[in-house]
Amino acid sequence: MKILVCMKQVPQKDAPLKLNAGGTWIREDVSYEVNEPDAYALEEALRQKEKNGGEVIVITAGPGRAQQVLREALAKGADRAIHLEDDAFVGFDALNMARALAAVIKAEPFDLIFTGLQSDDYGYAQTGVILAELLGIPHATIVMQIESSGDGIRVKRELEAGYFQFVEMPLPAVLTIQSGINKLRYATLLGIKQAKNKPLRKITLAELQSAVPAGAAGNLQKIERLYVPQKTKNTEFIQGTPAEAARTIVEKLRNEVRVI
Amino acid sequence: MLQSCIPQEIFTPEDFTEQQQLIGKTAEEFAVNEIDPNIPKMESKDFSVSRELIRKAADLGLCAVEVPEAYGGLEMDKISASIIAERIAKYAGFATTWGAHSGIGLLPIVYFGNEAQKRKYLPKLISGEVIGAYALSEASSGSDALNCRARAQLSPDGKHYLLNGEKMWITNAGFAGLFTVFAKVGGERFTAFLVERNSPGLSIGPEEHKMGIRGSSTCPLLLNDCKVPAENVLGEIGKGHIIAFNILNIGRFKLGAMCVGGAKEALRNSVQYAKERKAFGTVIAAFGLVREKLARMAASIYTSESMVYRTVGLMDAALFAVDRAGSQTSIEVRKAIEEYAIECSIVKVWASEMLDYVVDESVQIYGGYGFVEEYPAERVYRDARINRIFEGTNEINRLIIAGFLLKRAANGELPLSTAIKKFMDEVLGPLPLQENTSSFAGEIQYIANTKRIGLFVAGVASQKYMQAIQEEQEVMAAIADIVMEIYAMESATLRAQKMSSKLSGAAAANSLDMARLCLAHGMEKIENSARKILSAASEDDALRTNLAILRRLTKVEPFNLIAISRQIAARVLERGQYAPN
Ligand SMILES: Cc1cc2nc3c(=O)[nH]c(=O)nc-3n(C[C@H](O)[C@H](O)[C@H](O)COP(=O)(O)OP(=O)(O)OC[C@H]3O[C@@H](n4cnc5c(N)ncnc54)[C@H](O)[C@@H]3O)c2cc1C
Ligand SMILES: Cc1cc2nc3c(=O)[nH]c(=O)nc-3n(C[C@H](O)[C@H](O)[C@H](O)COP(=O)(O)OP(=O)(O)OC[C@H]3O[C@@H](n4cnc5c(N)ncnc54)[C@H](O)[C@@H]3O)c2cc1C
Repeated sequence: MKILVCMKQVPQKDAPLKLNAGGTWIREDVSYEVNEPDAYALEEALRQKEKNGGEVIVITAGPGRAQQVLREALAKGADRAIHLEDDAFVGFDALNMARALAAVIKAEPFDLIFTGLQSDDYGYAQTGVILAELLGIPHATIVMQIESSGDGIRVKRELEAGYFQFVEMPLPAVLTIQSGINKLRYATLLGIKQAKNKPLRKITLAELQSAVPAGAAGNLQKIERLYVPQKTKNTEFIQGTPAEAARTIVEKLRNEVRVI
Repeated sequence: MLQSCIPQEIFTPEDFTEQQQLIGKTAEEFAVNEIDPNIPKMESKDFSVSRELIRKAADLGLCAVEVPEAYGGLEMDKISASIIAERIAKYAGFATTWGAHSGIGLLPIVYFGNEAQKRKYLPKLISGEVIGAYALSEASSGSDALNCRARAQLSPDGKHYLLNGEKMWITNAGFAGLFTVFAKVGGERFTAFLVERNSPGLSIGPEEHKMGIRGSSTCPLLLNDCKVPAENVLGEIGKGHIIAFNILNIGRFKLGAMCVGGAKEALRNSVQYAKERKAFGTVIAAFGLVREKLARMAASIYTSESMVYRTVGLMDAALFAVDRAGSQTSIEVRKAIEEYAIECSIVKVWASEMLDYVVDESVQIYGGYGFVEEYPAERVYRDARINRIFEGTNEINRLIIAGFLLKRAANGELPLSTAIKKFMDEVLGPLPLQENTSSFAGEIQYIANTKRIGLFVAGVASQKYMQAIQEEQEVMAAIADIVMEIYAMESATLRAQKMSSKLSGAAAANSLDMARLCLAHGMEKIENSARKILSAASEDDALRTNLAILRRLTKVEPFNLIAISRQIAARVLERGQYAPN
């Protein structure tokens, strides 16, 4: 089985964020880490390889700094890595990103393609789904478990309110992986040392010209403005008899606050 | 001290390679996921947990960093070793266990073992199957370790030695499987032996009841006709002192790194507490006096971190030049490390005193809660204290710093006397103006002047005491204090300079602020030490002239320390922890 894991470098969860000058995104000078669901996707891929044999390849799109994500994946056991390297990728929307990834994947087919469920920064939860569409192969989202079944696979998906769905699907397929589905391994020091010598291919934005001709300008989605939510307090006195007041409260809890 | 140094020449944490960052991440995750949840068990001396954690650490390679590949090790750089030590030091109890095992426990074999000994013991030590320990100290000889009472006698058939005596304070003794034991062959020749735990005649005494690092095992070792095979002599008979001193020298930089790690943890806890604790209607983090503490804690962590990584960067550069394939490798490696013995001692002393300062202020920030066991400040306060005692007391290390320096000057390795003479010649004229017009001119002036003070007092003291200066311990320690502060001030400033070329805005300003705090406090300490030396080594008119010279040298542009501290504190509070940028 040949598995590709799409991994993204995102701002650290507890890093204090500051808006950039244009107010359209955050400033670059924060600390970065691997997108959390992507780390679980990698772990799942490594486990699949340990069970069924094969190869695990990791891919990221981002500036030079994003290479750290690939090195870490190589240190944990991935066989090789692909880096779509350009600062512009930071501003790509899900469609554009999926186009760039699809261009690479079309040139080298995989049995399974994993992405994280969503990224911790933009939170689109779209890249994997669009990628499958562009490649013309099936996909499943919020995947928690993968087993082989005949020629294909059987996956467990998380639904809402504690429900699960089991889906059989043929290969190749795209799966978007949920966080917390396995126990992440450490990169051992030996692995880290060996990672230095594993293949890491770089692909420039120019080489993807035909897939994403306009770069970030080809985005269909645009962030107009980013702002920190204003904290406000608003006290409202509910009038009427106790019965009327209770009715109003229930209505507000249901429709305004939406907690019941 | 004799020349100026440029930022590009020093290694800083900002220069960590991708690989070193990943190593740091693994060690950090290990500390958070494996060590942290087990602290209560280890504090109550459940050493099966420590034992298991060493094995887990070994699985990740954390016990093999400094071992050659030929014996299954990773043969990594000292920078990586320091990064790991710093991260593991989140909890001092286990850090001591791990440090003793992978440092003084197995390094004697790495550097002094013969081929058979390396093959036999190293693989088991780096896999964590066997735990290592180092038994040098005795009840009546700690600092004066060469004066030990333990004896070794060769058996009539020449096949083994019989060891008799008692070792004390042996870290890991409760569960170690292999001890490097020092004893005198025939009552005279100081020698190291590799002693296995199950050797007949070896028994382990009860656990000590300690002030701190209670999560580590410390017991006496009783040698009662303890039978050790003759092939277990480590190194040469009568040359045990080379092993004893080198192993401690080699380990000291890591102790410095551990102190940095412990201090970062203490600051993180203090910041968090200060942001939550309310008094007088606001969080105590809003108070200037609390902020001043946080700022100074952060700046002293920054300074010692700069010193540690500058030092290991130098060591790695020297080690890189050693021909790894050569047959003399371990001797050359040792020599390359020895070259930096002074820096290692400086790092050990400065960082251990920094840590004590930080944990003391941490208790203070916690107020009454700092004094009770339910909060983290109390344990950390107790745990910190040992660092000034073991791996050579700070007094002994101060004597090493000044002693090595003067010795190297005396045998011509360091052109100290030429520099002193040059300074003395020019001192009565106008001070040479600093040509530097960079934005760091003021900071560079501090360092240039303190170096002159160093030369000046060393000159005055050696004129007065000549060779007998070694007997004047107070003067030696004061010289060491000046040398240490110069190294601290310069390391902090060079790093800030280096960062300013890569970063901008608040990130660059933060390191400069912390360097300035270090410069101001360093200058104060240096002035005090210099005055102490001059007042002892000169009198009457000479003393007055000397103090006038000192005044000229300590005249530097002052910084607005209150404003600087507020900025540093604001940054620490924003980050929730120590951050250099
Ligand atoms: C928790 C713990 C763990 C330890 N682990 C180990 C271990 O694993 N292996 C091991 O071999 N040892 C170990 N030690 C021993 C430790 O290295 C010694 O305690 C230390 O070297 C100091 O020796 P001492 O206790 O005999 O003090 P002393 O040497 O008696 O010193 C007492 C005081 O006198 C000062 N002093 C001594 N000599 C001089 C001098 N020449 N000039 C000026 N001042 C002087 C010292 O600085 C100190 O302030 C450990 C100790 C402790 C407490
Ligand atoms: C062993 C022990 C015995 C005690 N015995 C008694 C007793 O018998 N009776 C009794 O009533 N109490 C007793 N106390 C309580 C003791 O008096 C308080 O702990 C002490 O007053 C500090 O208060 P706190 O712990 O609430 O710290 P906090 O007031 O929360 O102080 C925390 C930190 O903030 C600083 N800080 C607070 N306010 C300001 C400010 N306005 N400006 C600048 N900095 C500020 C403090 O200096 C400190 O560093 C005892 C405490 C202990 C630990």
